[in-house]
Amino acid sequence: MALIIEVDHLSKKFSDVYAVNDLSFTVQQGDIYGFLGQNGAGKSTTIRMLLTLVKPTAGNIILFGKKLSTNRSDILRQVGAVIEKPDLYKYLSAYDNLSIFAKMSGIKVTKQILMDQLQMVGLKERAKDTVRTFSQGMKQRLGIAVALVHNPALIVLDEPTNGLDPQGIADMRNLILKLSREMGKTVLISSHILSEIELIANRMIIIHKGKKMVEGNVAELLDPLHTLVEIETLSNASAKQLLLQSEWAPFVQQSNALQLMMNKAEVPLLINYLVTMGVQILSVNSSHSLENYFLSLTTQSGHVEAFAN
Amino acid sequence: MWKLLQIELFKISKRPRTYIAFIAVAAIVFIFQFAFKVDGQSYMDLMLQNVKDTFTFDRVQAINGYFMCYIILNTLIIQVPILIALIAADSISGEANMGTLRLLMSKPVSRTQIILVKFAAATVFTVFLLLWMAATSLFLSLYIFGVGDMLIFRTKGDESQILLITRDDIMWRYYAAFAYAAVALTVIAALSLLLSIFAENSIGPIIATVCIVIVCTIISNINVPVIDKNVKPFLFTSYLVGWKGFFYIGTDIDGKTIKGSLENWPAIRKSLGILIAHIFILVALSVAAFKKKDILS
Repeated sequence: MALIIEVDHLSKKFSDVYAVNDLSFTVQQGDIYGFLGQNGAGKSTTIRMLLTLVKPTAGNIILFGKKLSTNRSDILRQVGAVIEKPDLYKYLSAYDNLSIFAKMSGIKVTKQILMDQLQMVGLKERAKDTVRTFSQGMKQRLGIAVALVHNPALIVLDEPTNGLDPQGIADMRNLILKLSREMGKTVLISSHILSEIELIANRMIIIHKGKKMVEGNVAELLDPLHTLVEIETLSNASAKQLLLQSEWAPFVQQSNALQLMMNKAEVPLLINYLVTMGVQILSVNSSHSLENYFLSLTTQSGHVEAFAN
Repeated sequence: MWKLLQIELFKISKRPRTYIAFIAVAAIVFIFQFAFKVDGQSYMDLMLQNVKDTFTFDRVQAINGYFMCYIILNTLIIQVPILIALIAADSISGEANMGTLRLLMSKPVSRTQIILVKFAAATVFTVFLLLWMAATSLFLSLYIFGVGDMLIFRTKGDESQILLITRDDIMWRYYAAFAYAAVALTVIAALSLLLSIFAENSIGPIIATVCIVIVCTIISNINVPVIDKNVKPFLFTSYLVGWKGFFYIGTDIDGKTIKGSLENWPAIRKSLGILIAHIFILVALSVAAFKKKDILS
């Protein structure tokens, strides 16, 4: 598979603070690539650098095999983007907004193309209405239409589900899957709604304070070997002390709760050990969703290092 | 570039605030026309009171369309920069405020193109506003007050002058004066555009533009030798009213006006050159600043 995005040791410094720090990752053709991080992690800054809105302090960006800094126009013709909430010209109609951005993308605009695009996002009936009369969900859909109108090969979506209701989120998810599976588009999607990424992305990166924490296939990152097990006992402190002095010590997490990152298959052995040692267990919860994984990465630096290594 | 300019002009034409300037100009012009139609004679009596014994002129005929336009332009030249700033200062900051700047800049259009197109659109707006001023203050005044020879009241040094321009020698002067005003007001547009790059909403650059114009105008009107020599020549406001030069008719040795002449064409030409230099510098600064700007809005 061809590499669509190659980010190489990318950094961006605002005053004395690194928003993005030595970040490297690659996105392959056809990927739905999840770009994850808490608010302020550097996701939007990275995406803005990919779209030439922000100039990198250091590092290189190569899109479609070409250096972005020297082939900006050629590259951006193949990129469609929704950057956070898609603010459009509120005093113009949906049709006029779409027409303006289609022309700016360098394509020959026909009424048919624009109406087809509006139909695809369910706004054909509202084509002549001004955007100021639209709901957030409708604006989001129009933003998607603007991003897709010039048939780009790469679609960059920065927090596309922000402000959407559950149905809107589901629609967005289905649209992204359709773009990837039926139309062969490469999608880079950032979000802090991790369950969304879990459902659609095949590869992902998690960044924290501008740095890469981990990158890989979603399926691998959800490997049962990395199940987070949380145990509630009558005395968590003494149970934790017991585990730290046993063979389970490497799996114990640095948190207030009694948590272990371990192979899910070994959970019965752990419970058996605790019962044998006289620990009174109240509950055991195990999870391997990306959300828990993400939270564990970004709230416990100790674990991050252990996992990354 | 042409396609981008069309898009920019389309956006400007669809914004309600665009028409505020046209409405304001029309309102001021109509008030002037109404006042002079009702009581223009009092104004003329006041202006001619010192020369009533030496200067004979039909005072009713003196208030004609040409004279009215001159009076109106003298007044409006102070307000029009504010109206220009309303649009030009919104060029980049308005896009940032709406959130459309990031979408705009993610398209395959260079930053230099964006600035040049924004500047061109602001210039087109300026020209249209001046055409509207010409239509209302000149042509409508000619319709209401009729045609006649034109009186120019002028203070030159310590003395007051009254110049008389015959009716067949006026119209070209207005065309030239409006063209000059277009250049002068384009400087304001370029200044507003530059300031709009640094703001996230248009209020700041509009106020900043107006403040700069007011401060520079005050400095331009301070008569202190050190400022005359070292500061005024570099201020664009020193040349904003240079359009009046087209109405300062040349005279012969006997003091008789020479039809088709200008008193000081080299000074007008120099003023135009300085204004155009200001435009180039301000647009170049805008391009340089915008190319460095991180779009964070």
